[in-house]
Amino acid sequence: MLDAIGVGSLQEIFDRQIPAAVRLQRDLDLPAGLPEQDVYEHLSALAARNASSEDELSFLGAGMYDHYVPALIDMLMERSEFLTPYTPYQPEISQGGLQVMFEYQTAICELTGLDVSNASVYEGPSAVAAAGYLAKLHNGGSRFVVSAGMHPHTIETLRTLAHGYGMEVVEVPLRDGVTDPDEWARAIDENTSAAIFAQPNFYGAVEDAAALSAAAKAGHETAESDGAAGAGKPPVVIAQVDPIALGILAPPGDCGVDVAVGEGQPLGNRLDFGGPSFGFFAARHEYLRRMPGRIAGETLDVDGRRGFVLTLQTREQHIRREKATSNICTAQALNALAGVVYLTWLGRRGLVELGELLLARTHYARETLTAIDGVEKLHEQPVIREFALRLDADVAAVKRRCALQGVNPGVDVHALTGRAEDEGVLLVAITERRTRAHIDKLASVLGAAVAAERAAREAVPA
Amino acid sequence: MAQASYPDDLLYHAEHDWARIEDDHATLGITWYAQDALGEVVFFDPPTVGTILTKDASYTEVESVKAVSDVVAPLSGEIVEVNDALGENPATINEDPYGDGWLVKVRLSDPSERDALMDAATYKATLAG
Repeated sequence: MLDAIGVGSLQEIFDRQIPAAVRLQRDLDLPAGLPEQDVYEHLSALAARNASSEDELSFLGAGMYDHYVPALIDMLMERSEFLTPYTPYQPEISQGGLQVMFEYQTAICELTGLDVSNASVYEGPSAVAAAGYLAKLHNGGSRFVVSAGMHPHTIETLRTLAHGYGMEVVEVPLRDGVTDPDEWARAIDENTSAAIFAQPNFYGAVEDAAALSAAAKAGHETAESDGAAGAGKPPVVIAQVDPIALGILAPPGDCGVDVAVGEGQPLGNRLDFGGPSFGFFAARHEYLRRMPGRIAGETLDVDGRRGFVLTLQTREQHIRREKATSNICTAQALNALAGVVYLTWLGRRGLVELGELLLARTHYARETLTAIDGVEKLHEQPVIREFALRLDADVAAVKRRCALQGVNPGVDVHALTGRAEDEGVLLVAITERRTRAHIDKLASVLGAAVAAERAAREAVPA
Repeated sequence: MAQASYPDDLLYHAEHDWARIEDDHATLGITWYAQDALGEVVFFDPPTVGTILTKDASYTEVESVKAVSDVVAPLSGEIVEVNDALGENPATINEDPYGDGWLVKVRLSDPSERDALMDAATYKATLAG
């Protein structure tokens, strides 16, 4: 082969192609090789340093939740037809894959109360950013107004992508645990492309979604009647919703939300060290042409039999070529498959029952924990399966004490957000895997840890 | 329209657009060749009235089952009318590219630009190559 291309050695190819100045000129700084058995021991030791939610009593959440995943999901996901496909450039030959997308989309539309769903995107935060881009394509506005109740990683993702879209991100603070309605209305002007909030929000509080949606549209009208220049289409209202909570909350489509997106992980995907998972993306019909990803449709073939087609993929690269603004890959459908199997497994009633169970357990946990000295509610808003507490103690130190008892009491919010007002805030998530006995154990371990930290603080005069 | 056709009363642009000029106004569309190459048109993204067109620059997009393609302005001007009927029936662009499948009407800013366009015979010759 070297002869065929006219060079004498592999080194010569590099010498000819890569300028000397950009080459490393030394060996990589890597340790010497090890026998396979030693590598196995080394990796086992590294793996043993992880604490999984199977090994400790975990109340971690903040966007990813330890829900039970039935064996049925693994069985279906491991079928090779689903596990090893290549991207469907000739999609109609893979009727099973298209049917999964179609069933998935149907479930997401029913869950969100919106007209159209795509076949899923990568995860929640990028779904929010993609929804922002939809808004920009729709109305050409220049700013995203975002509730500070969104997950900080979501806001970060949106900021990263907004920079590329030439958009500004304006954050609206919370009041009493929810998006401040006055600040929200004030922030929305004639240049607002999208108004974005989370339901429930990052601190567990259920937002008044209908009021936020109505205020977003009204804020635009006010700006317009004031004679503001450049006022065109109203802002797109985007909600990042917890799909599990939709079993008991009014669907976003009934609350004036235009685009509902969210993290699909709680639907049949394990925590898996943070991914992969899927993001769902549903919208009102008028935004159909601006949606990312692809949409499968149901049709009849020439013999009148039911079949499935890829109906829309208007922003994808094989349609839009070099101007594509979305690239959702084939195997994404695998995680969405887990989502639709999970929803089907639970069923309509099961999803409602799960929501009610979480509501009751979360209420019990919130009341039990706030009965502890030095532990208070961060806010009084209704919550569904997660709530924020303010500890009269250093959260990191409390967590270390709890870990010694095999309990992870929740997320250290300040460590995630860096906001000064989040010092001392612990975010506790409850799933159906956490029983009343687990919650009682958390109360005793957390109570002891907080008491010990307070005692330690008093023993050392400031 | 199954058969190739390039009416003699139109002027043509190399990017497969046609213009029907009447005084300082023109109706614009895409040619039989363009719609045939695209295949069934499933979406026309209507530009808004008042949009300024610049000769040789893209002013809208049509989407077919195969691809999304830019539509290039054969002449400069301002859009005075958009074929809204295409919103419901974009395949009209395939069925009647020179009639009901027109895209926009413009008020020309520089009618002399027509001199740079081709007549039907010249355009047809470019397709043969």
